[in-house]
Amino acid sequence: MRIFTILIAGVFVNNFLLSKFLGICSFLGVSKKVDTSIGMGIAVIFVMTLASAITYIIQYGILTRFGLEYLQTIAFILVVAALVQLVEMFIKKSSMSLYQALGIYLPLITTNCAVLGVCTLNIQNSYNFIESVVNGAAGGIGYTLAIILMAAIRERAEVSDVPEALQGFPITMIAASLMAISFLGFSGML
Amino acid sequence: MKRIKYFTNGILDENPVFRLVLGTCPTLAITTAAMNGIAMGVATTFVLICSNLVISALRKVIPDNVRIPAFVVIIASFVTIVDMMMHAFTPAMYKTLGIYIPLIVVNCIIMGRAEGFAYSHGVVDSILDGAGMGVGFTIADTFIGCVRELLGAGTIFGVHIMSAGYQPALIFILAPGAFLTYGILMAILNQIGISRKRAKAKEEEKIAAGSEVVTE
Repeated sequence: MRIFTILIAGVFVNNFLLSKFLGICSFLGVSKKVDTSIGMGIAVIFVMTLASAITYIIQYGILTRFGLEYLQTIAFILVVAALVQLVEMFIKKSSMSLYQALGIYLPLITTNCAVLGVCTLNIQNSYNFIESVVNGAAGGIGYTLAIILMAAIRERAEVSDVPEALQGFPITMIAASLMAISFLGFSGML
Repeated sequence: MKRIKYFTNGILDENPVFRLVLGTCPTLAITTAAMNGIAMGVATTFVLICSNLVISALRKVIPDNVRIPAFVVIIASFVTIVDMMMHAFTPAMYKTLGIYIPLIVVNCIIMGRAEGFAYSHGVVDSILDGAGMGVGFTIADTFIGCVRELLGAGTIFGVHIMSAGYQPALIFILAPGAFLTYGILMAILNQIGISRKRAKAKEEEKIAAGSEVVTE
């Protein structure tokens, strides 16, 4: 039951993009086309889930055991960077078509604060291993959902007549604000 | 004189928040009150100045191939220092900013300045650049914080500004208000830029027309 709650909370209620503001840079940068945002979303789900699992093991297997909790930030960012590199190499070897589809977005994930954010949050909320992994996956799914919706809105906004001062980032921000309002409606679910 | 330009550059021409649109995550997340903007700004400025200083001092030692991991480790060390200092000296603010303090590591402003400026410039210039960018970030965040706090709670820095009858619009403190305030402020700045450009173009036209008359 608790796992189900974490899943729903991660995807809808505490959506990483729209209520925690994690990963906004890539949200604004990559959400111009629906296809590319689907690719980015899948890559983020993958990396967030794996990173949650690995940082959990590092936190409780190494850092807490040897009293090195203050190294958390440094250790986690290195894990995320190494993981992204590893995933990139693995995908390149195993599936060339997926690699070409994700290509440029994979390295971008290292500086995506959603990934580091979910790892830190897992530790802060003292989730156990399975809860951490579920939280990572839920965060990734929520991210994907929001970025695909945003890309669809932006594709429409591209062809509509927007006042000059609002073009580009401002209108995207206002659209994101409206999306965040609608996502607030989910908070009654839990 | 040229050096001063490095400092002012980050505040006006290349303001990280309103011009370069970098570091949006902390900007949106913590600007629920003006005070948070200042605290986040000071923390980020400290990390920016220190990481710019160290990276530009080591720029001849760091091999090109592994520069990104090297930057990340340097930045993460300073973020850890800030994290521990805030935990010790300002526990209330530490609790408010929460997860966004360790996340200064992935703030694109810091990585962007390391890669784009400190790695190719001298130590003094890099410190000035870091300070300018940091101050620009602080001013922008504090400003957004003021607007949101005023509309959402009727106060600025905790001091009541609005009259007692004002019903605070809670939405500005919640998540949607962050996007809305940021978007509208950016649109206003764009509008100022556009009308300035138009006025300039008109003036030039006038001068051009004037000179044509003279030549005729």
